Amino acid sequence: MKEIKDIDTLDFETQSLADAPVEKRTFGSLLKYLILGIGFGIVLVKAEVISWFRIQEMFRLESFHMYGVIGTAVVVGAISVQIIKRFKIKSLSGETIKLEPKPFSKGQIFGGLAFGFGWALTGACPGPIYAQIGSGVTVFIVTLLSALAGTWFYGLIREKLPH
Amino acid sequence: MLNNMLDFLKQPWHWSIAGVIIGLFVPTLLILGNKAFGISSSMRHICAAILPAKISYFKYDWRKESWNLVFVAGVIIGGWIAAHLLTNPEPVKIADSTKNYLQSIGIQEYGALVPTDLFNWDNLFTLRGFIFIVVGGFLVGFGTRYAGGCTSGHSIMGLSNLQLPSLIATICFMLGGFIVTWLVIPYL
Repeated sequence: MKEIKDIDTLDFETQSLADAPVEKRTFGSLLKYLILGIGFGIVLVKAEVISWFRIQEMFRLESFHMYGVIGTAVVVGAISVQIIKRFKIKSLSGETIKLEPKPFSKGQIFGGLAFGFGWALTGACPGPIYAQIGSGVTVFIVTLLSALAGTWFYGLIREKLPH
Repeated sequence: MLNNMLDFLKQPWHWSIAGVIIGLFVPTLLILGNKAFGISSSMRHICAAILPAKISYFKYDWRKESWNLVFVAGVIIGGWIAAHLLTNPEPVKIADSTKNYLQSIGIQEYGALVPTDLFNWDNLFTLRGFIFIVVGGFLVGFGTRYAGGCTSGHSIMGLSNLQLPSLIATICFMLGGFIVTWLVIPYL
């Protein structure tokens, strides 16, 4: 069982698995995430990040657009994180902001490649799949269901996969 | 004045503007709620909520991650707003070389953000459409969970925190994309 416990820590986006304090789920506290999500969806569409054509351009190295979007986002994010660390900025509720180091796993290679295959085919990473559905390309509902099936299948077989 | 602003918003946004806004999601989520930016985990929470099927990977309190599900619900609404209220009347201006190549592999529709001759309900029941829509989606879900994050969780949040595993993941995302774009899509 210990091994399973260890690979639990490899999912960097699922935080309740760590013993982090969890804020109360009131309507108000969730509303801010709804508004942020709406903002994110608008940017994804308006910057054409959800465009299958833009993703093809990126992988064919025929346009700088997507490299510019992701590169700028990383620079802005990295500067922000450095500022938060340097000045020990706390969250609004007064908690110390926690930035967990990410341990290496072979999943980043095998899973990373698998996601890359899917990214080129669908022209969408997870955020854009949701935005695509909202924008009216309803067949992406099938892509989302299939991505959920892929997630579920990973959960089913992950103990047999190299990590 | 308001109309000018609306016209400005309706144009496709420059990569630098989009990049700055997307990058600012990292500190905004950290400061507002001590949350690490990441989208693909929402799919794990949906599985945990709907079909945990006694799989240990889905046995956790997904309700504690509600913020993430609310966020992606927002992304769907944002997608609707951008496409319906801030509509760009022009087709996506892709590179000529990309367009020439795509025409050579039979893609004819350039009016929308995605090639509607590829991504439509009828095409779902052809082998080609099935691979792009269904197999592609499955690989996105499987791969992001196996890698422990996606473009947001690894490439933006992880790289912002200078994590080597996130760099490895990002390189593999790109490598996988290059492989399928150059070696598979031309033959589909």
